[in-house]
Amino acid sequence: MNNMIVFPMILPVLTAIFLVFIRKHILIQRWISVIVMLANVGLSIVILLHVQTEGIMRLDFGGWEPPFGILFVADSFSMLLVVTTNIVTVVCLLYAMFSVGKEFEYMFFYSFVLFLIGGVNASFLTGDLFNLFVSFEVMLLASYALIAFGGKKIQLKKSIPYIAINVVSSWIFLVAIAYVYGTLGTLNLAHLSQIIAEEGQTPILTVISILFLIVFSLKSGLLLYQWLPASYSAPPTAIAALFGALLTKVGIYAMFRIFTLLFYHEPQITHMLIGVLAGLTLISGSIGAIASNDIRYIVSYNVIIAVGFILVGLAIGTNTAIEGSIYYIIHDMIVKALLFLIAGTMISLSGSPKMNRMSGLIRNYPILGWLFFIVMLALAGIPPLSGFIGKVLLGKGAIEAGSYVLLALSFISALFVLYSLLRIFMDCFWGETMLSAEDEPPLRKGILFPLIVLGVLTFALGLAPESIATFVIDGAETLVNPSIYIDAIFDQ
Amino acid sequence: MRINDVILQSVTKVVVFIIFTLAIYLFVSGHNNPGGGFVSGLILASAFCLLFLAYDTETIRKGIPIDFKVIAASGAFIVVACGLGSVLFGEAFLYQTFTTYTLPLFGETEFATVTIFETGVALAVVGVVVTIILSISEDV
Repeated sequence: MNNMIVFPMILPVLTAIFLVFIRKHILIQRWISVIVMLANVGLSIVILLHVQTEGIMRLDFGGWEPPFGILFVADSFSMLLVVTTNIVTVVCLLYAMFSVGKEFEYMFFYSFVLFLIGGVNASFLTGDLFNLFVSFEVMLLASYALIAFGGKKIQLKKSIPYIAINVVSSWIFLVAIAYVYGTLGTLNLAHLSQIIAEEGQTPILTVISILFLIVFSLKSGLLLYQWLPASYSAPPTAIAALFGALLTKVGIYAMFRIFTLLFYHEPQITHMLIGVLAGLTLISGSIGAIASNDIRYIVSYNVIIAVGFILVGLAIGTNTAIEGSIYYIIHDMIVKALLFLIAGTMISLSGSPKMNRMSGLIRNYPILGWLFFIVMLALAGIPPLSGFIGKVLLGKGAIEAGSYVLLALSFISALFVLYSLLRIFMDCFWGETMLSAEDEPPLRKGILFPLIVLGVLTFALGLAPESIATFVIDGAETLVNPSIYIDAIFDQ
Repeated sequence: MRINDVILQSVTKVVVFIIFTLAIYLFVSGHNNPGGGFVSGLILASAFCLLFLAYDTETIRKGIPIDFKVIAASGAFIVVACGLGSVLFGEAFLYQTFTTYTLPLFGETEFATVTIFETGVALAVVGVVVTIILSISEDV
């Protein structure tokens, strides 16, 4: 019993509810939410360190032992994601304080963000398939509210397809869970894994696993991403950054869990399918990223390319490749948040999301320009920035496994990422300024500070990947050997 | 021209109390029989709906001046706090317990911490349902 591991989920939820009572005191709301999330960062780091010394931790809710009760499980992989989620949230909250505006904050903005984070953290921590669904729903309900915030025409127009597609995919998710329960009679992940390993992955289970693949592809934007660019361009910058950094990663996490812990016996079907989907995502995401003239669409397509890239690691499935994927997920959460925040700042400064309406921004906003340059290099995977180590390990894993097509696709996609962002950099930051220095709106320090924090983080992660190496190696080890996970759940 | 709804209004005045009683009955019986916080919350909300239909929203809101969003939030707060309460006693999150006392009038009565949890659920349901209905009626 480790009550500690419920707090990354319960602290944001409790605070979110509390903030409803003090709706009128916006200043207090801001600082309470930032302080709580900072505490959450500290707490999750403590849990991560605990996992290293004590092994995988679990908490049976209400004292009901698995497989009868529901439970939370903290292993290195999930805790790494929880820590990164909390850090990114703190930064986005800091940015939101100076940018979203009173009318949003008055409409329970911070409550919804904290509910979203509670759902994301719960999805990472849960050890039970049905609770995964519930956590997804908590997260999605908060995201529906956040995406429709403001109630302007564009937000309503963009939020209806988003809600429709997510309701449909949640329904498929529920149906798939019902099939699993009908076939195997349990929903505890460790118990499921044990039963599938003992009785074999029968064809019916493989079909169900493909149903799960469809669900998580919809959620994470693996090939079925057509809803994503439009939806992520509607909400205010801080929210778009949270979405871009976190929401697709939850789908990716679920896919890693399900296909390494449960359905890993027929890789020639499931993992090959994931590989094909990831390859197609890389191709179509790359085309999308260079096809648009709208900055918001370009950065959204960059999210999609990253999804394809990370899932190449799962498709290959060797220890090295999965380590690479874990590194890359962490890197991508930080850098995508930064990219969305910079893109949003550029749009608010120049008043238009179109590339041809901006020019010469670097003259008046040098720090913003250089930060964009850093993001671009980090996403392209240039050392010493954070994208490098993930790409190297993933490439190494691909060569070991002989998946040369996926290797080629994932590295060519990096060129497209570089090209699409270089286009923004050259068109928007270089060239003549359209406005004179006194006409340009000033860039407030409060907006710049969160961006610099993320910029420093990507450097830190790139320069010292060893600092998290032990966690990543342990996380990959647990993913590759399901028996470690199962033993942690069922030993006393 | 306004329709004469004297009958509806007079009946509502009586029926609302029957509905409230049913809600409380279901809430209390929910521990070991069908019922519980969620159902009783829905029934309480249906009583409010009937009031809103028979009279109009302004009259009722003047008569019952509570913000139902705050009711929903306090319900959710009670639920989470009840879960965390067990942590304070060194038990697992969401752990529930019960005990029996002999009361003068009721005889042997069972007291369970899950009742606190259910109270939260009922309040949350009432708050959410009434908030939804009120915000829909405001739009028209």
